[in-house]
Amino acid sequence: MTDQPLVQDFATDFDHLDPQWVNDPYPIWEDLRGRCPVAHTERFGGAWFPATHEGVSAVAKDSEHFSSRQVIISYTRPTDEDLPAPIGLAPPITSDPPFHVDARRLILPAFAPGPINALEPAIRELCNRLLDNMGDHEIVNAGEEYAQFIPPAVIAQMLGFPPEDEDFFREVIHNIIGSADNQDDAERERLQAETEAYFDKQIQDHIDNPRDDLTTYLLNVELGGQKLQHDHVRGTMILILVAGIDTTWSAIGASIWHLAQNPDDLARLVNEPDLMPTAIEEFLRFYAPVTMGRMVKEDFDFNGCPMKKDDWVLLGFPAANRDPAAFKDADKFIIDREENRHVAFGLGIHRCAGSNLARLELRIAIEEFIKRYPKFELANPEGVTWAPGQVRGPRNLPVKVLK
Amino acid sequence: MKVTIDAELCQGQGRCFAIAPDLFGFDDMGNGIVIGDGTLDDSSLKLAQLAQANCPEHAIFIEE
Repeated sequence: MTDQPLVQDFATDFDHLDPQWVNDPYPIWEDLRGRCPVAHTERFGGAWFPATHEGVSAVAKDSEHFSSRQVIISYTRPTDEDLPAPIGLAPPITSDPPFHVDARRLILPAFAPGPINALEPAIRELCNRLLDNMGDHEIVNAGEEYAQFIPPAVIAQMLGFPPEDEDFFREVIHNIIGSADNQDDAERERLQAETEAYFDKQIQDHIDNPRDDLTTYLLNVELGGQKLQHDHVRGTMILILVAGIDTTWSAIGASIWHLAQNPDDLARLVNEPDLMPTAIEEFLRFYAPVTMGRMVKEDFDFNGCPMKKDDWVLLGFPAANRDPAAFKDADKFIIDREENRHVAFGLGIHRCAGSNLARLELRIAIEEFIKRYPKFELANPEGVTWAPGQVRGPRNLPVKVLK
Repeated sequence: MKVTIDAELCQGQGRCFAIAPDLFGFDDMGNGIVIGDGTLDDSSLKLAQLAQANCPEHAIFIEE
């Protein structure tokens, strides 16, 4: 997972790739909130981690001091030459204002509730097809046979990619999200070139054969009277693919993991389907999968922390969601929690553009899973593995179906 | 009483129109909008308050 020394003190030497953090980060964050609300590390060339809702919120809403031009923290820092500012590698998530506003307005209509809700029947059918394939075995893998397959199929359909490329998509995601861990520059560059080559091929195919999908939309849409630059189109496509896949599969997996261990919650959802939208928000709060990154623009003092230009900031939305200063009984999963201002999709101008889609996929995936398997438990609690890095969720998730 | 959404603060989190679809809708960008003039009676006030309590951006306001 990482060849760095094990962390002894997360306040002064935190590392989100440390096995302790990967396996169970919540006690670490609770400890930090009590004694050091903004942790620091020299790892990754210098990074900060606000562990409170207040700190996370302040950073998320401050694009004057914090840049989004690189949102995945790694040992390699981008230079001004590396990324075509102000667009960034994957607009608009890697863009800063004012360009960000325009780049975001381009994609928001495609992810607004109207077009997204229209996908519901197709997603339901997909979930049922996966469940049919899993069959009536006693042990099924809710991660590797179910959660992992839902988002790639949905996103591939939206972008208009060949369905048979799904395995390739998952590898791309793994490579990009896992790049923090990959300290081999040559290997990382090779993977990036391979990914870009694939997207270039798909873009060319859409230029030759335009059709009604997001890729064709991006090729035709205009910004200031001009069509988008090739790098902008490709960057946004990579963003949609990467941001839309292991994030949502992590949320689906974590929700099933919870239900497998909490039969009362499972029974309530089976018997009270109207509770589902409220429960979905609590799944999102309690198991928020996504932590983002920012870069400090200039030397600046943040709540007494001497931040330096190009320091990383790890933006822990999952930690904010467990802060007792922001949530009553923050460390308890309350399936019918009525007031839930969770920040699983971030805060401020970079709110997850795909949140409507993520919610829809998560709700349908859980509805169909518990309809098919109204009773289940973890088949091997110790065998569940969690993804390291900035997207946290269970990967191997064998569950035992109960009669 | 009236409910309003501050369009500068709203980021399209989507909580208001999920909780109170009779009071809130959404525009082409997915940002929340108030349906009609936002006047509240006793029962809609409760829903507006619930939406307010679930808005992560604190973008919903209820005025006397």
